[in-house]
Amino acid sequence: MAQPQDLLYSKEHEWVKLEGKTAIVGITEYAQESLGDIVYVELPKVGTRVEQFGAAGVVESVKAVSDLFSPIGGEVIEVNTALENDPAAINRDPYGAGWMFKVAVADRSQAANLLDAAAYERLVAEAAS
Amino acid sequence: MYTPHTEHEIAAMLERIGVASLDELMRVPEEVALRAPLSLPPALTEREIRSLFETYARRNEAVGYVSFLGAGAYRHYIPSVIPALAMRGEFLTAYTPYQAEVSQGYLQAIYEWQSYICMLTGMEIANASVYDGATALAESVIMAVNATGRRRVLVSRAVHPNYRAVLAAYCDGIDVAIDELPIGDDGRTELTDLDERLADHAHAAVVLQSPNVMGVLDPLPDERRASLAASRTILIATVAEALSLGVLQPPAAWGAQIVAGEAQSFGIPLAYGGPYAGFIATTAEHLRRIPGRLVGRTVDKDGRTAYVLTLQAREQHIRREKASSNICTNQAHCALIATIYLAAMGATGLRNVAALNLERARELSEAVCSVDGVRLRFSAPFFNEFVVDVGRPAAEVLDALRERRILGGLDLGRFYPEYATSILMTATELTTRDEIAALRSALKEVVRPHVAA
Amino acid sequence: MSPHDRTGEPLIFETGAPGRGTRYLEEAQPADRFLPPEMLRDTLPLPDNSELDVVRHFTRLSQRTFGIDVGFYPLGSCTMKYNPRVNDDVASLSGFRDLHPFAPDDLAQGALRVMYELERALSEIFGMAEFSLNPSAGAHGELAALLIAKKYFRERGEHGRTTVIVPDTAHGTNPASAAMVGFKVISLPSDARGRVSVAEIEKVVGPETAVCMMTNPNTLGLFEDHIHEIAAVVHRAGGLMYYDGANANALMGNARPGDMGFDLMHVNTHKTFTIPHGGGGAGHGPIGVAAHLRDYLPVPRVVREGERFRLSFDEPRSIGPVRSFWSNFAHAVRALAFIRANGAEGLTRVSRLAVLNANYLRVLVREYLEAPYDEPCRHEFVVSAQRLKNETGVRALDLAKALLDRGFMAPTMYFPLIVPECLMIEPTETESKETLDAFAEALREIVETARTNPEAVTSAPVTTPVGRVDEARAARQPDLRWKG
Repeated sequence: MAQPQDLLYSKEHEWVKLEGKTAIVGITEYAQESLGDIVYVELPKVGTRVEQFGAAGVVESVKAVSDLFSPIGGEVIEVNTALENDPAAINRDPYGAGWMFKVAVADRSQAANLLDAAAYERLVAEAAS
Repeated sequence: MYTPHTEHEIAAMLERIGVASLDELMRVPEEVALRAPLSLPPALTEREIRSLFETYARRNEAVGYVSFLGAGAYRHYIPSVIPALAMRGEFLTAYTPYQAEVSQGYLQAIYEWQSYICMLTGMEIANASVYDGATALAESVIMAVNATGRRRVLVSRAVHPNYRAVLAAYCDGIDVAIDELPIGDDGRTELTDLDERLADHAHAAVVLQSPNVMGVLDPLPDERRASLAASRTILIATVAEALSLGVLQPPAAWGAQIVAGEAQSFGIPLAYGGPYAGFIATTAEHLRRIPGRLVGRTVDKDGRTAYVLTLQAREQHIRREKASSNICTNQAHCALIATIYLAAMGATGLRNVAALNLERARELSEAVCSVDGVRLRFSAPFFNEFVVDVGRPAAEVLDALRERRILGGLDLGRFYPEYATSILMTATELTTRDEIAALRSALKEVVRPHVAA
Repeated sequence: MSPHDRTGEPLIFETGAPGRGTRYLEEAQPADRFLPPEMLRDTLPLPDNSELDVVRHFTRLSQRTFGIDVGFYPLGSCTMKYNPRVNDDVASLSGFRDLHPFAPDDLAQGALRVMYELERALSEIFGMAEFSLNPSAGAHGELAALLIAKKYFRERGEHGRTTVIVPDTAHGTNPASAAMVGFKVISLPSDARGRVSVAEIEKVVGPETAVCMMTNPNTLGLFEDHIHEIAAVVHRAGGLMYYDGANANALMGNARPGDMGFDLMHVNTHKTFTIPHGGGGAGHGPIGVAAHLRDYLPVPRVVREGERFRLSFDEPRSIGPVRSFWSNFAHAVRALAFIRANGAEGLTRVSRLAVLNANYLRVLVREYLEAPYDEPCRHEFVVSAQRLKNETGVRALDLAKALLDRGFMAPTMYFPLIVPECLMIEPTETESKETLDAFAEALREIVETARTNPEAVTSAPVTTPVGRVDEARAARQPDLRWKG
């Protein structure tokens, strides 16, 4: 399936949207579908430093708990507090209302370690086979 | 014995499978094959089994003695209706209610247990049970360690010694250090140094038991709550005699954030130590850290009220090495027994039986302390057990009482060397006036007044 | 009101009236005669119900509960065999039921004898040097055994042994227990035959290996035929072998973990030895060890001196107790009663017929669901509904729910993790050929319906007291107690 083209992706099925010095992070359609109904999210606290591919939180569904890894390093500047009462937003709209947290990017060159939409689409196709 | 197969059926099944004999299916590599048949006593018929075990049961002569034993396992009245309901085959032989649609009965019963535990302790969430009070305490400490990131815990010496020993075994596994709070002269935990002890913010939790192992009420005094709040230390309350919750201020009232308890007193037989039913109850904050199963109320796809195991993703069968605990099998059937007990007794019955315990324990303490040489060791108020000092090694006095077919209580010197002349005595609603009188007479013969040096 | 109708049963808190309860005991004086009011609670919000209402409530709840006593319960890995009533009878003899754990040893000789005999019997059945009845469940036994391993290595000065190896087919408690004891978990991939291969294990063992945890037969129901070599590899690296006894029903009188090279093990007596599961417990998880580890077993130990028995707490190298008193003693009585009723011949027959039943059911079921490991199994086997899902959209979960409508309990679903759309089926030895035939026929009919009318399967169950439950809502809006 076609992934949003303007995003970059990690192997752990997170997406990141780079907007200047800020990055917005969430999980992909494939991730939310694999997890099933999401019931709870543990997001990083504003002010914490996250490493690229380092642990950033937890996503819990009815049948699984998955660790969240930040696809990019930096300082967490905002989290989507609406997810506290409506974690299902991640299932409904993983790329929009289901966004998880924003990071002040420390090193933009880390983007080179991520997959573009085409590469991520191939990854998903392989995983589904 | 319970295998229904006829030889004819076995042959037909082997044929269908396509093997000549069962030996083919049982084949194992030579290196691990059994060298000789198992060496076990020959099989017995059901009649012989009953006869054999009746013989063994008769050898437990202690059940025929007058007993004042307690200390974490209590002899209480079990209404007949409890085993009648609890031993129903559906309850007894069901597994964990993973298929909710055919397990609504058990799930609802556990939801009721969770509710009862919250009502009794004043907490907001309770789980579906853990193995016993000791492991409930160990798991509660692990919760506190995970919540705070601190690797020390401050535990009162007045917490049941078995519980503390189990806690020590678990803490050894996870490299958490246990520091102790001493027992004061009045039988309560000595807290004068508490501020100092907590000042470095190194402790995940403070653990108190009330009533404590000396039988005395030992809740955290109000004026101490500030120390815990200031150092952000979690207060864990342990309850070994659950019946006390029928009448005493619940742990929530004195600031407990986690309650680790034992529900054996609610209709579960003594059974030489188990199975019993531990419980963990907490404030809402720790919902995702609480180990074990949780039953939630929801609806089915057509809107009917339905019960289901929930938040399972925290548990071992999904989270595996990241689970909050490894607990799988719990003590569901014992929790069911306790739930039926609480339903049958109700608030009125529970308040009444708790008050009977208070009454009998006071009759007992007055009677034994009227004997020359026996004195009440601690001044703090107690629930249904108390400590007396007999002026000489408790073991000797208890041995002499045993010769008179009386189990006078627990030799505290077994766990606390400094109390080697003290006995923990317990009275419950089952303790009779005749029994108390018998103990009093026996003590008069056995205890000699202490001649001051 | 019939138990089958779909209107609910009220909560016990929604019925009753103050003072309605039954007088079981004499009237006490008010509590404030004995303690100052500030120590007493103000309210006790529990309902008072009549005994008849309590009886009806719990009777109806039991009728809405499916147990082995009700129907076939082929839950893989759980060994849901018949729980003999005589075991409950003897466990509730007054001499056992009313015995206080602090009763002096010489007045508890019957209980101590039961414990000692059970320990010896388990040692013989499983080929271990000694057993302890202290742990309360399999996972609890795992924890105790791992604490033993930790202490063993510490005393030998081998502080670098920090990892536990666990096959990817392992039961979830294995890695969870390892983590609880501070070990790092290394997952071992199973080979194409569904087993642990010697080559794979050689890749991961090393000086940091503390324990390798395995079960045999494994959770696919297959005998780990290289177990002897695997144990040798682990021992050469200085590690210990741990046997998860969940599948012990497959090998009594046939093979023993001790002979395979295992140093530590637990047995789930609520699986192999007929302790009732009771809705999820209480279980019992005795642990056994090889001779060189016996000093570490939990206290108290049961010591025999001639014809007398006593509890020994003087065990300086013990890991300590892992529970409040000595054991789930009532269950020790049950397990021993089962062992004494069977003897060596009977237990051997138990395992043989468990394996027979599983293989018979396997050849019936594989006609319409794929058996990913198409070879004889031991006491359980797995099938996959992956092809059915691809062709019709009907999944293992749907098959399970449809079985509930036909009066069967569903098999274990989605475990082990390495088989997609997995159903793990363990019939046990106490089921008759007719029951197995009926189950296989029901499953066949459901699979056929999946092809012709998938809706009928995905909407199941429809005859049970409730339909499929909204689990997402239960987790998102936790309602875990009655609030009035």
